Amino acid sequence: MEQTVNNPLEASSAYNFAYLDEQTKRMIRRALLKAVAIPGYQVPFAGREMPMPYGWGTGGVQVTAAVIGPDDTLKVIDQGADDTTNAVSIRQFFAKTANVATTEKTAEASIIQTRHRIPEKELREDQILVYQVPIPEPLRFLEPRETETRKMHALEEYGLMHVKLYEDISRHGHIATTYAYPVMVDDRYVMDPSPTPKFDNPKMDMMAALQLFGAGREKRIYALPPYTKVKSLDFEDHPFEVQSWKDECGMCGATDSYLDEVILDDKGNRMFVCSDTDYCSERQDAGHRGPQHHDQPLGTSHSNGKAAE
Amino acid sequence: MTRSHEPLLRVSDLTMMYGDRVGCRNVSFELRPGEVLGIVGESGSGKSTLLRSISAQQEPTKGTVEYHTRIDGIRDIYQMSEAQRRLLMRTDWAFVHQNARDGLRMNVSAGANIGERLMAVGDRHYGNIRNAAENWLDKVEIATERLDDLPSTFSGGMQQRLQIARNLVTSPRLVFMDEPTGGLDVSVQARLLDLLRGLVHDLNLAVIIVTHDLAVARLLSHRLMVMQRGEVIESGLTDQVLDDPQHAYTQLLVSSILQN
Amino acid sequence: MYVAVKGGERAINNAHRLLAEKRRGDRDVAEIETSQIEQQLSLSVTRVMAEGSLYDRDLAALAIKQGRGDLIEAIFLMRAYRTTLPRFAFSKPVKTAEMDIARRISATFKDLPGGQILGPTFDYTHRLLDFTLMANGEEPATAHTADHPVDETMPRVLDDLLNYEGLIQDEPNPTNDDAPVADLTREAVKFPADRDLRLQNLARGDEGFVLALGYSTQRGYANSHAFVGEIRYGSVAVEIEPEELGFAIDIGDIELTECETVNKFKGSKTKLPQFTRGYGLVFGQNERKAISMALVDRAMRAREMGEQVMGPAQDEEFVMEHSDNVQATGFVEHIKLPHYVDFQGELELVRRMRAEVLERLAKADAADAENARSQPEAAE
Repeated sequence: MEQTVNNPLEASSAYNFAYLDEQTKRMIRRALLKAVAIPGYQVPFAGREMPMPYGWGTGGVQVTAAVIGPDDTLKVIDQGADDTTNAVSIRQFFAKTANVATTEKTAEASIIQTRHRIPEKELREDQILVYQVPIPEPLRFLEPRETETRKMHALEEYGLMHVKLYEDISRHGHIATTYAYPVMVDDRYVMDPSPTPKFDNPKMDMMAALQLFGAGREKRIYALPPYTKVKSLDFEDHPFEVQSWKDECGMCGATDSYLDEVILDDKGNRMFVCSDTDYCSERQDAGHRGPQHHDQPLGTSHSNGKAAE
Repeated sequence: MTRSHEPLLRVSDLTMMYGDRVGCRNVSFELRPGEVLGIVGESGSGKSTLLRSISAQQEPTKGTVEYHTRIDGIRDIYQMSEAQRRLLMRTDWAFVHQNARDGLRMNVSAGANIGERLMAVGDRHYGNIRNAAENWLDKVEIATERLDDLPSTFSGGMQQRLQIARNLVTSPRLVFMDEPTGGLDVSVQARLLDLLRGLVHDLNLAVIIVTHDLAVARLLSHRLMVMQRGEVIESGLTDQVLDDPQHAYTQLLVSSILQN
Repeated sequence: MYVAVKGGERAINNAHRLLAEKRRGDRDVAEIETSQIEQQLSLSVTRVMAEGSLYDRDLAALAIKQGRGDLIEAIFLMRAYRTTLPRFAFSKPVKTAEMDIARRISATFKDLPGGQILGPTFDYTHRLLDFTLMANGEEPATAHTADHPVDETMPRVLDDLLNYEGLIQDEPNPTNDDAPVADLTREAVKFPADRDLRLQNLARGDEGFVLALGYSTQRGYANSHAFVGEIRYGSVAVEIEPEELGFAIDIGDIELTECETVNKFKGSKTKLPQFTRGYGLVFGQNERKAISMALVDRAMRAREMGEQVMGPAQDEEFVMEHSDNVQATGFVEHIKLPHYVDFQGELELVRRMRAEVLERLAKADAADAENARSQPEAAE
């Protein structure tokens, strides 16, 4: 590993295991228990200042800090990838403060903290998925006042949510929400799945792993216990649909994963690759090849001649 | 017109105080299904305060407001849970504000405005909601091509008619109206009144309408209550009150209209 | 050709090194010492302590140095340190009435018991750049000390002078010093919030934000006209009372600025009119913040006073949810984090919608052409 610059966290032993003091962790665990008991309900908690900025995953970090133990193996992804800057920073944080093992392999992780994606590989009962949440309130952009949105949840007044979907259809012909697509949890609470693409919504439904959501700045925690019913909101005659691509992954050839678009030049040439880097490399290791993979045998043509240069 | 003898709404001894100041005092009346009651008086006479208290928007200092609900029979609205009260307010009741902007969502289309109540009570079929919205636009004499337009592109009179459609889509039995024609041109007022009269009759709506305009009151209401300084000083059949006012203040009100 | 981006870790480490280098600046210039910051940038130090909610001058100086003089960054460092500290005791309420006063003024009375004591203030300086400071100029003259010390029990304008006549509303004065006080760093905030929580939020709140809100109340976005009844700045003793001792012990002094405003009166023909109050308290010498805080405190008492909420400063949810600069800067700046997964979703949708429109247009064109062919004369 790289030699790292002076890090105050290393320099001082004044910090606790996984940074937070035990009382704070207990407080967060109590909130988590309540959240698990009432799936989809946003539990207020006394979020702490963390050494990373608000909006950069402080909620997820606090949840992870509250559930992580010395024997855990942690994976952190941002945009599906392990090596995006924020994921690296959070992984390093726990490697230093909790001295836990880290991994990039979905299957090896006991805790996966994520921003904006759910791994493509199916999660198991012995895994926990921790989401970083910027705005936990699915009704926020329809109703800015917290006092009013809490009342709407309490009284199950969700008509306004459908007004938004109605508007999408009347304006665009279909529902124009592509991420943070609202879901109904266990037939009771409307919940924001965090800004994951709606592609990932079906994975939340009846997932075997425990799903925990932490919103640091807004100081809310919510949860989906294993095997919870999660339904994306829709109309009977305009059912929920996920994104699909005409292309396959340029590297591993996957057609079932969420693809990122990569601009190759300024002439409009582009290719698509799996957003989930672990999924993609695992497929490549197993011998799967996409059209732009560099050890693609010569002569195998693909639409974009430039990519091979 | 069908009129049951069972009252739909019963207001008893209703008093609203703001500190030492009287909002309205000792008001009692009953309203039957399909009946239109006008509340008239000058501004500051307490008629809007009374309307807010009856329509569950402001709990009175004293007195009760009872409503004959479809399922649970007679209920004191301020003894209901908030959930029950809010459900009542968006299904069996309707409130038409003086300023259409207070009663509409200006940032969503006309269709969504009408459809909101349907979706709030669980309608999940886009096509059906849209059809209902189209029907209602037609009923309130707005061209159905305007279904996807924002209310902000509508004229004042159209906005008011849209507000009425949005309110009536769940077939409420009781409608509260606060100066529904206020702020509109005379010709627009006439058309709106005509429309309201037709709807009230066709849908057998019970209505409580607050207005300072005696002409509006005469055109729409069966019965009239005259308020001054927070108290009801005279009430009776509309024609009787306006043609043969007993109280000096009512006489003054009526004569001031005639002189204009 | 495309290679999946790797090496984010190395890039981050290098970025951190570069940051450290930038912080140090030109190595030919002597490195600044935290003790210099603590002494010579003392108003930065007190602002960082106030909004960082931690009274420690040395740590604040360190945070300013580490943050390259970015005070919000320094506040953030303080907060992140503070949050890890155990609470071993709660202090007794500090007694600002017994403050060791360095400055005390009132705008409501020309002369008053205890006098107007100017102390160190920018108020009457001419804002001309003093180039002798740049030239490492001579030692400043030492100030003359007064012939006699200030009154030991300086009377408070609001409590002792105005309230003597009952002219100002009573503050609810908890008889029990041990009554619990809300702490938004330990409990989730719920609305409506009580005044203790609101005041705590303002005391930690961003100086610029609280200033702007206070300013807005003076420009009609609230109607709570204010006079500065009294500002006092000085040091007070902090005491704790360990349970096993049963009496309070002094653990040190802190500097505070306190502002009490006298606001528009309430009353009627039958109820005796009384002025109302706003309150501001902040670490160190910071009159701008203390006054702003008092203005906003008073504005947020709209509910209690039965006033109509007409401006943002009166809206406690608006004020309290947006006053914290550590929260605000984090969320505002987070949009520079990658969002390409979400953006991909939008990209796909926009392309699809464009394709749909183009298809419709093409169909319509084809139909028009068809019509034109079948009715060649109709256009005449």
